[in-house]
Amino acid sequence: MKGLPPVLITAIVLVAGFAACAAQFPNIASTRVVGNLLTDNAFLGIVATGMTFVIISGGIDLSVGSVIGFTTVFVALASERWGVPPLVAFVAILALSAAFGAAMGAVIHVFDLPPFIVTLAGMFLARGASFLLSTESVPITAPVYSTVSDFALRMPGGGRLTAIAIIMLAIVIGGALLLHLTRFGANVYALGGSRATAGLMGVAVGKMTVKIYMLSSLLAGLAGIVFSFYTSAGYSLSAVGVELDSIAAVVIGGTLLTGGQGSVIGTFLGVLIQGMIQTYINFDGTLSSWWTKIATGVLLFAFIALQQALVTLARRPVAKRAGAAS
Amino acid sequence: METSLDPGPPLLEVRGISKSFGAVRALQEVDFTLRAGEIHALLGENGAGKSTLIKVITGVFPRDAGVIRLGGEEVAPRSAKAALQAGIATVYQEVNLLPNLSVAQNLFLDRQPMRFGIVREGEMRRRAKALLAEFGLDIDVAAPLGNYSVAVQHVTAIARAIDLSARVLILDEPTASLDRHEVEILFGIMRQLAGRGIGIVFVSHFLDQVYEISDRITVLRNGRLVGERETASLPRLELIRMMLGRELAETTSTRASAGEHQAREVCASFENYGKAGYVAPFNLELRHGEVVGLAGLLGSGRTETARLVFGAERADRGQARVEGAPVRLQTPRDGVRHGFGYCPEERKTDGIVAELTVRENIVLALQAKRGLHRPLSRREQDEIAARYVRMLDIRPPDPERPVGLLSGGNQQKVLLARWLATSPRLLVLDEPTRGIDVGAHAEIIRLIRELCDDGLALLVISSELDEIVTYSDRVVVLRDRAHVEELTGEAIDVTNVLAAIAADGATLAHEGRA
Repeated sequence: MKGLPPVLITAIVLVAGFAACAAQFPNIASTRVVGNLLTDNAFLGIVATGMTFVIISGGIDLSVGSVIGFTTVFVALASERWGVPPLVAFVAILALSAAFGAAMGAVIHVFDLPPFIVTLAGMFLARGASFLLSTESVPITAPVYSTVSDFALRMPGGGRLTAIAIIMLAIVIGGALLLHLTRFGANVYALGGSRATAGLMGVAVGKMTVKIYMLSSLLAGLAGIVFSFYTSAGYSLSAVGVELDSIAAVVIGGTLLTGGQGSVIGTFLGVLIQGMIQTYINFDGTLSSWWTKIATGVLLFAFIALQQALVTLARRPVAKRAGAAS
Repeated sequence: METSLDPGPPLLEVRGISKSFGAVRALQEVDFTLRAGEIHALLGENGAGKSTLIKVITGVFPRDAGVIRLGGEEVAPRSAKAALQAGIATVYQEVNLLPNLSVAQNLFLDRQPMRFGIVREGEMRRRAKALLAEFGLDIDVAAPLGNYSVAVQHVTAIARAIDLSARVLILDEPTASLDRHEVEILFGIMRQLAGRGIGIVFVSHFLDQVYEISDRITVLRNGRLVGERETASLPRLELIRMMLGRELAETTSTRASAGEHQAREVCASFENYGKAGYVAPFNLELRHGEVVGLAGLLGSGRTETARLVFGAERADRGQARVEGAPVRLQTPRDGVRHGFGYCPEERKTDGIVAELTVRENIVLALQAKRGLHRPLSRREQDEIAARYVRMLDIRPPDPERPVGLLSGGNQQKVLLARWLATSPRLLVLDEPTRGIDVGAHAEIIRLIRELCDDGLALLVISSELDEIVTYSDRVVVLRDRAHVEELTGEAIDVTNVLAAIAADGATLAHEGRA
């Protein structure tokens, strides 16, 4: 109707890119590489899923990277220094993250502040708090960590689908269901269309704002736990800039940065594209890893330009199709 | 309709509503009665208080005084949402729905049919289709609402309101962006709803449509109730008189005689000037030392004419001349370069910069005309500001006071001063006395005459007919975006202008013409 939907374009970019990589390095097209790609980007996939909700609702959450960093330090210290069982620490940090997000959402709504500023403050707060806990990297030796790290589903072709990759896939699927099939999800889109109108139509705008940022921070906390599994350490400088990577994944996935349109699946594809570029650079071996950033930047530009074009097209209503027969 | 036989309490009863914004009294002791099953037109010019009344009824604005009864019971909605729950729904010209959601989601937002926490998409679409079918609409309800025309969006908004069990439906300028066929569909729906016993308030400035659809008419002017009439027994001329005229007082004016103004030099002329879909081509001559008034109802093309003359809108035909030489007026900059000035109707949004001082506001246009390379020195600025504060009697006489703190009349004078400082040859004033208290009215009018005596050419738009006939040397009457009549000399009086505005009053217009 309006040409290709953005998420389809993302899918085409991913498939074409993967084919091009595989043509140059045939080894890339193996379940082993794909499994690693999912594992390496598990935390990003989780946090980007939360970011998708925030951005579709017309907001932004800059605090997620810091929340991940804080979480890794908290979990490491809890299990290594404070003698708290890791599972208890997980529950505690998830509750803490959710409360943190809810507080940011409440501030945004009650004081009618731009989400950018409020979550920027949240970003500094969380990062600062993690430095307060510990400035050095704390290795985690708890048995549950080696158990989880060793767990993996064997895929045909020798690939390993690790526990954290499975968590990420579950979150993506769960997120997609929540966004596309529930009243909560419909309200997220409504908020992104227009907060004022959504309010007039009966959506509890305040509650929704709190819940959306709570969800984003909760998933950032979960991403932090996953990240601590991935690195087996807690470090206050970990996941710096991840908020921007996840925003990039969301936008490349076809979600409108101004809100109102987008999908979790698109975001997942966006995460995979970033992972694919990273994988290609690893295979090449001569390229600096900064090329990942450059390629991501170019893709971002391309997708923002594309969205702008689509938005301009959409402004012109498709002919008057008032099939009215009274 | 059977409305006149209905003995029960009115559906919606508004008594003695007053509302002020600061010093401005937007509504004073207004009554309004809506019966079940009637279509009731609410009319008035810009600033008459229609939107304020609607917003008070729907709880968007708190009221200062008065009562609202719905079905005999007093209600006091605090928000649009509360009003909707009470059964009063409003559909604005700007449809308040979400274009990014599907039609079905828009109809059922926050009340979707659910099963196990999951929205039953199929069921929701089925219901949406059934609901819209009642309104004669058969569309793909899964497509985003923004894909459809404004007409479909309007009908969707109405369908949602009705499905939310609205008993009172307020339609604010619903037909403004619809074509004729779509208007017919909307009217069909309105009649159908009225037949079901729903009371409909219809706000519109299209009088033909008002006569076509409404049972009764309530007219507001300057925040007061002028009257409530049966549509069938209200002649159009009388209606326009209710909307525009105060009492038709005898007006004495120092108008130039016909012979005198022929002798004056032409300042600017427009031949066959117009823009398709905006204003029909017109001929207009503006002479030095002469005031030309533009009269007509809201939406008749007055402001559009002014914007074309100034260059704020690009004409697609015709020739403009300044002092006899052909010119192109494509942007406001062109207008300013040729010595034109324009004081727009929306003083607050398009005119003054409220945070800047009187001095800064006055020198704005002059500085823009000189360009950034030749800044006015502070001393020059002070001199200019002091001169105009004295000349126009701006109060308080403090050039360093932020304009936002001044009264409406004085803000208007600052705007005038801004353009006068550029020594214009032609000044266009759109509703110069709107929102200004009565004392300041007279002063602005006196100023207009004085400026004119100094050789300035003036083009003035006003809804206040007795004002426009007082200061104009010629009055151009517009109707339906076309110039339909030009009155000069002795022919200028309120009756003739009214007659020219009302299409069916043509016979009256011929009597007094010179």
